[in-house]
Amino acid sequence: VAAAGRHLVGHSSKLMLSPSILIPAILNGLMSGAIYALVALGLTLIYGVLHIINFAHGALLTAAMFAAFFANRLLGLDPYVAALGLTPLFFALGYGLQRFVIGPAAHGMDRNILLVTLGLAVVIENALLYAFRADTRTLNLDYAFDVVDLGIAFLPVPRVVAFGVVVLVAVILRLILGLTDTGKAIRAVAKEKLGAELAGIDVQHVYAMTFGLGTACLAIAACLLIPTYYVNPHVGNAFVLVAFTIVVLGGMGSVTGALLGGLFVGVVESLCGLYLGESLGQIGIFVMFILVLLFRSSGLVGERA
Amino acid sequence: MKGLSLTSIVLVLAGLACVPLFVTSSVVLNFLTVALLIALVGQGWNVLGGYGGQYSFGHAAFFGTGAYLTAILQTRYGVNAWAGFALGIAGGALAGAVIGALAFRSGLKGSYFALVTLAFAEVFRILASVAPLTGAGVGILLTLDLRPAALQFQSRAPYYWIALALVATSLLIVRAIEHSRFGAWLVAVRENEDAARALGVDVFRVKLAAMTVSAAMTAAGGCFYVQYFLFIDSGLAYGPWISIEALLAPIVGGVGTVFGPLLGAVLVKALGELTKLVAGDAPGLDLVVYGSMLVLVVAFAPRGIAGLIGDMRARMSRAQMPRLERAHG
Repeated sequence: VAAAGRHLVGHSSKLMLSPSILIPAILNGLMSGAIYALVALGLTLIYGVLHIINFAHGALLTAAMFAAFFANRLLGLDPYVAALGLTPLFFALGYGLQRFVIGPAAHGMDRNILLVTLGLAVVIENALLYAFRADTRTLNLDYAFDVVDLGIAFLPVPRVVAFGVVVLVAVILRLILGLTDTGKAIRAVAKEKLGAELAGIDVQHVYAMTFGLGTACLAIAACLLIPTYYVNPHVGNAFVLVAFTIVVLGGMGSVTGALLGGLFVGVVESLCGLYLGESLGQIGIFVMFILVLLFRSSGLVGERA
Repeated sequence: MKGLSLTSIVLVLAGLACVPLFVTSSVVLNFLTVALLIALVGQGWNVLGGYGGQYSFGHAAFFGTGAYLTAILQTRYGVNAWAGFALGIAGGALAGAVIGALAFRSGLKGSYFALVTLAFAEVFRILASVAPLTGAGVGILLTLDLRPAALQFQSRAPYYWIALALVATSLLIVRAIEHSRFGAWLVAVRENEDAARALGVDVFRVKLAAMTVSAAMTAAGGCFYVQYFLFIDSGLAYGPWISIEALLAPIVGGVGTVFGPLLGAVLVKALGELTKLVAGDAPGLDLVVYGSMLVLVVAFAPRGIAGLIGDMRARMSRAQMPRLERAHG
């Protein structure tokens, strides 16, 4: 949400059209859009290979945010440092979940996978609620309010860092998918599962690797979010609905689509916040989501849903 | 469970109807009433999800619409409670028809259908939490008026019987669907939509009809909820808890079976109460149990309790066979 937009709501609309307000709003939108893109990246990766929508994505993001929060509170780790440890940890978690829970429990049926990931989401979210109550927590880091002056706008340092890291992660992910053997196996399974299996690729391992990569994206997103955002047991849901919107918008399974879609949605949300006010912002996300599903997905669902 | 006889349904219902004659404990009656409520809501989900194969993650949209309509019509417009109840069901059915028409017209199925129903429920929840008509954040409290004409009663037994009557109706409707041409179409759509279409089934209309019936049943649960607890707010009406219980009951009991939702609802609620007994009434804990149950049932008993019973029968008859052979040999 555009920080710049918040206190401007209610001013005359003439004022809002001036570039000195529009440009910071757009830039801020791009910054938050980058985080959306990273969450969407994980989702789209899993969808592209396993052809399932991971309903536990939001709950896993929440879990990662709690992990980053307590890494700072209990161990004194800076979130950016904690990311180095949490990313492999969440990779392992995602790998294990797919390999030992979702895969075996689903018996290869799409309807079952839906239910299993929903069940996992309910368990994770409510275990966090049980452990930490509904309280909203924030880290008060001393650099949280630092800004960089771009001449046309002031941008918070943590958001600029987040933007840079997301671009970096996207590039690394492309390289992994494009150059490594694992990446090639992942792409092979995504394109033609049976053929990949016949060529000697361990499909269950590839599924779990993909799930791990998708979950690792969440750990990074959580560490980028936590310096400027709050955490509570339901925090992941809002992000994931945005991520679903992006994924449907950008094309299921497309890395570039997720990246561009994320940035686009970030800017749209920022501008909506500027013109419509904060309270409608939340509902705007859902309405946009429903509209995108109803009008954009008709061409996509034919394949496999 | 195919070809379940009417007698067995009547026997189960008659047995359940006698319970308040022997049990006077309001705790037990309250437990059974809530279990019946979940059975009703779950039966609604079962029509669309169990028979039609369209898994909704947002049945709260219909539960809440029924509940709010009943409450608003009574408190704001002075409509009689019974009429409000009926209109609440009709309103829920309408919500189902509209959402169904939008979703199925766009060809949404599988995960996309689950997602769009979830999103609708959330939109309704947020709207209800800000709109003055629904009492915004405060919710709506029904005026206490303990007369049968106002659908409010002094003791628990009448509520129990009303819930049972609603469940009975839903059981008979589902059995009728199971034995009808419409039911056959619905199962055909679930098993293979393209094949069903190729055979001349109007897939869109079948799904839409199933969703409308499904929403009406779940809405009836919402109407009953508000009459029973005399209070509703956005979290209770449209919150994820009811969407989850709606699908958990039939999945635990046996998806796509007549008695599945009732069996599942009793078991789910019993487990919920047990958790409260053991660990205290902490927020979130019951849902942790429900979520784990969902994963475990899908993993180890995909056809629910009804499926387990069927398997056990089959195994028993198989176990008896060799013994018979040996006796003969």
